[in-house]
Amino acid sequence: MRFQPLSFLKHIMMWIAVAVIVFPPYVLVMNAFKDKKEFTQTSVFKLPASFLNFDNFIDVLQRAHLDKAYKNTITIIVIAVIGNILLGTMVAFVLGRFDFKLKKAVMGAYIAVSFVPTITTQVATFTVINNLHLYNTIWASIVLHFGTNVLQIFIYLQFIRNIPRELDEAAMMEGASLFRIYRTIIFPLLAPATATIAIIKTIDIYNDMFIPYLYMPSRSLVVVSTSLMNFSSERSTEWELMSAAILMIMVPIVVLYLFFQKYVFAGIVSGAVK
Amino acid sequence: MVNNLTYVQQKRILIILFLFVPLLLLCLFSLYPAVYLVYLSLMNWDGYSPVKTWAGFANYKDVFANKEIWQAFSHNFVYLGWGLLQNMLGLLFALMLNSRLRGRNAYRVFLFMPYIMNGVAVAYMFNYVFNSEYGSLNTLLHSVGLDSLAISWFGSPKIVNHVLGFITLWKFLGLNMVIYLAALQSVPADIIEAARIDGASRTQTVFRVVLPNMVRVIELNLFLTIIGTLEIFDLPFLLTKGGPLGASDTFLTKTVEMAFKFNNFGMASAMSLTLIAAVIVILSVQRMVTRRWSD
Repeated sequence: MRFQPLSFLKHIMMWIAVAVIVFPPYVLVMNAFKDKKEFTQTSVFKLPASFLNFDNFIDVLQRAHLDKAYKNTITIIVIAVIGNILLGTMVAFVLGRFDFKLKKAVMGAYIAVSFVPTITTQVATFTVINNLHLYNTIWASIVLHFGTNVLQIFIYLQFIRNIPRELDEAAMMEGASLFRIYRTIIFPLLAPATATIAIIKTIDIYNDMFIPYLYMPSRSLVVVSTSLMNFSSERSTEWELMSAAILMIMVPIVVLYLFFQKYVFAGIVSGAVK
Repeated sequence: MVNNLTYVQQKRILIILFLFVPLLLLCLFSLYPAVYLVYLSLMNWDGYSPVKTWAGFANYKDVFANKEIWQAFSHNFVYLGWGLLQNMLGLLFALMLNSRLRGRNAYRVFLFMPYIMNGVAVAYMFNYVFNSEYGSLNTLLHSVGLDSLAISWFGSPKIVNHVLGFITLWKFLGLNMVIYLAALQSVPADIIEAARIDGASRTQTVFRVVLPNMVRVIELNLFLTIIGTLEIFDLPFLLTKGGPLGASDTFLTKTVEMAFKFNNFGMASAMSLTLIAAVIVILSVQRMVTRRWSD
């Protein structure tokens, strides 16, 4: 093969970018497996004596109540994602298939609220959560993540447009009700979009720090983000423990991403470009 | 039973039934809070007392008269600078990945990875990188003999916002890149081919054919970046608490402080609305500029 300088340059730049991205997590991995003595005596870049020393991880699991945090996070994700899928397909079915007076207003409302930074409206949201007696319950997080947003509706609308209306009409000829059309035709055919939305929403909820921090201060309601915040305020100077704790929060979602990256990219693309 | 209804009746029922819960949630947790924000911005309220007193535009006057708030707002522009750099790099990397390059899918997956990582974990991870004593960056600098460059990254007022800005670039570069890449792939191949046949060089093709076809996506990415930089909150909140001496405060950390620390919810609401207004103004200007450019 001929030497291609341009392609060589591209690879160099890509490798620099990858190195910058990998540098911080690499250091974490190097140090999460060291005990206190080893950590203070060896360079942060040096390989640990053994990658089988899981003491830090076990320590973190207990002291940061990570078992509870994982459980709470998964509960919120499962319920909220199911809600998103049901409500998202319903809204998209109605907006994608029917014409009615307030259609533009509904779409406009979804777009308008997406302009308002969520952090700024928390005072008002707080009073709503409080009046519904959801403060300091896991339901605070669930209801706030339950609704759909404009991005999800866009994704579903994209896909609905590609489902031929002839399918609906054929079913109507056979006497199927509109609800039956939604349930047996539209919903199953939206499966690819649903996979995308489920993954993106899962990542969203897993990474959310603000809602649990504000609405679920109780220790028994920690989620992964807040468990790391609590843990850090207590042991921010024990780097080897912090490294293990950060890794334990980071790794699950990265693994999920590596498995389902196809769907993650599909969501970004159909949400943004079309 | 349903089958006895006409399709017109079914349609009417379905619209109400299917939109009821979604719209209820939207009203309760998004629309109502937004409207309530406007109301609160005209009130004096400490957050818990049952009495709110009318303040009119006094809160807004206080916001505009407060030097500290605008000082904090100026820090947002440091993030904007890093955001623009992030867009340029994102576009550059997207152009590279759009060409024939071995392993381009692996590169894409890697560069996007930071975006999906937990924000709290990323913040503390960088705390470890930039720590002045144990931090891995300073260790690296010492080990290659660049001792003078090993400074207190979070401790110096001039540097701290750039450090935080760099972390946002690290986290969001991949998002920008993937959106640009998707746009590049949707530029019709035949017009690029036509340009090449007409004798356009590689650079000419990019600047004269490819980029003008992507105006809307460039606009969208800049929009996301600008909103993101105006709304920077979690990094200073988690890493520096606005320090040293307010050097890394942003508009939003000031807003949250005003509400939850000083219990001045009227003024915090006025600040929020000022921010939303700023977003709208900046976006309109941006729209005008890009429209002119695309014509």
